[in-house]
Amino acid sequence: MTTNTLIAGFGGQGVLFAGKFMAYKGMLEGKEISWLPSYGPEMRGGTANCSVILSDEPIGSPIVSNPDVLIAMNLPSLDKYEDLVVPGGMIFVDSTLIERKVERTDVKVFYIPTTKLAQEIGAPTLANMIMMGKFIKESGAVTHDDMEAALSKVVSAKRADMFEINLKAIDTGYNY
Amino acid sequence: MADKVLMKGNEAIAEAAIKAGCRHYFGYPITPQTEIAAYMAKRMPKIGGVFLQAESEISAINMVYGVAGTGMRVMTSSSSPGVSLKQEGISYIAGADLPALIVNVQRGGPGLGGIQPSQSDYFQATKGGGHGDYHLIVLAPASVQEMADMTILSFELAEKYRVPAMLLADGTMGQMMEPVELPEVDYKPTEKDWTVTGTQMKRKHNIVNSLYLLPEELEKTNIERFERYKAIEENEARYESFMMEDAEYCVVAFGIASRVSKNAVIAARNMGIKVGMIRPITLWPFPKKPLAEAAEKVKGFLSVELSMGQMIEDVKLATECKKPVELCNRVGGMIPTPEQVLEAIKKMAGGEK
Repeated sequence: MTTNTLIAGFGGQGVLFAGKFMAYKGMLEGKEISWLPSYGPEMRGGTANCSVILSDEPIGSPIVSNPDVLIAMNLPSLDKYEDLVVPGGMIFVDSTLIERKVERTDVKVFYIPTTKLAQEIGAPTLANMIMMGKFIKESGAVTHDDMEAALSKVVSAKRADMFEINLKAIDTGYNY
Repeated sequence: MADKVLMKGNEAIAEAAIKAGCRHYFGYPITPQTEIAAYMAKRMPKIGGVFLQAESEISAINMVYGVAGTGMRVMTSSSSPGVSLKQEGISYIAGADLPALIVNVQRGGPGLGGIQPSQSDYFQATKGGGHGDYHLIVLAPASVQEMADMTILSFELAEKYRVPAMLLADGTMGQMMEPVELPEVDYKPTEKDWTVTGTQMKRKHNIVNSLYLLPEELEKTNIERFERYKAIEENEARYESFMMEDAEYCVVAFGIASRVSKNAVIAARNMGIKVGMIRPITLWPFPKKPLAEAAEKVKGFLSVELSMGQMIEDVKLATECKKPVELCNRVGGMIPTPEQVLEAIKKMAGGEK
């Protein structure tokens, strides 16, 4: 199985971080993975996205132009990438920041108010990880086992105080 | 064996260089390779190495020239416009027969161009680049693992032949992360008879120089150097052959273009088109032999490049134009999609089978 995922949002929403977490989770499960960020003259508040491929086969192109899974963390990302999702694919929408509905009828859509939920659990910067929880539950691209191992790869020792709240955010999304 | 870690291609180059015993890095920041310099800035002071951000690319390459004269492993890295600035120094290093590593994480050009990936420095890398008759050993990684492995190989080949090596990557390779296993390198600096490290009053002094005012002497050094180039061409050409056994068509692509092309080759095979790929791993020496052999078997070649068509000339030379060679490309920071390459393969094969 191969899952091509595109995660997109504002710079500062932790889009690249979420992608790294996903990549480590896949790697620890023995999958082939690639992670490719958009890079450019970007700044806080600008757009950011990354392509993450999780596969049982060696990966050819690391570029995701037609995602199986789109994670849209803001409206410009949904507008830009909605049409590119493969038929039968999935779109995850942060319904706090995106008011409109997905127009496609040939994809599975999940609306999660991640930004609002993040505020409710006292972690306003972790909407990204709430989304990861939901992604893991619905996509089946990676398992729900041993979140701690993957998380410890991306949460640095300096930010060890953030470890538990990240776990909580993932749980919040998984159980939403 | 070490555990796999997730790293950006740029970081993998830097860590692999350190593992290979490189303790001198000179550079100047430029997107999309700045992570190499950033990584070196962090690590080198902790292991007794030197990280120095020079005031320009020209300074950096001349610092490389200096350290290379002592026989120690040394490198610099940059991206296209910065590598152009280094060309004078690279020519001097080649002329003085010194080993060194120059990394080019290419971006679109000419001029300041853009900052997105490109392969349009192929000519510059493989045909000399600076003035005079010379070559670099040019390696083209196509994965983060190869970014690490070929960094190590570059140092080894450069030292073996006393020829500067270039790692020719692109913005995608530099920025992407993949699992990588960093090999332990058993490197012990060896005594060399040409280094300028002080004579201790025990031997005649060595001279590192690229100036020969007597034409007879200069001719001799050139001819001697080309004998080494001949040995490199005979012994060091590397390539990957993919689905070529029964292929009727052959895609030729390196680096990121080969990654994209692999998807297209698999998709074409699923449609019944017998296509394979030859991926040059060394761009100089160019893997002429497998291409010449393929020219006897296949009906046509497709050169896939992020340039207006540079490697295609070497494909035509290697195959002596025995079969048609088509081009499939995007430029300026754009990357061909697997669909675009597939369309080109289908067109070449005369439609779906």
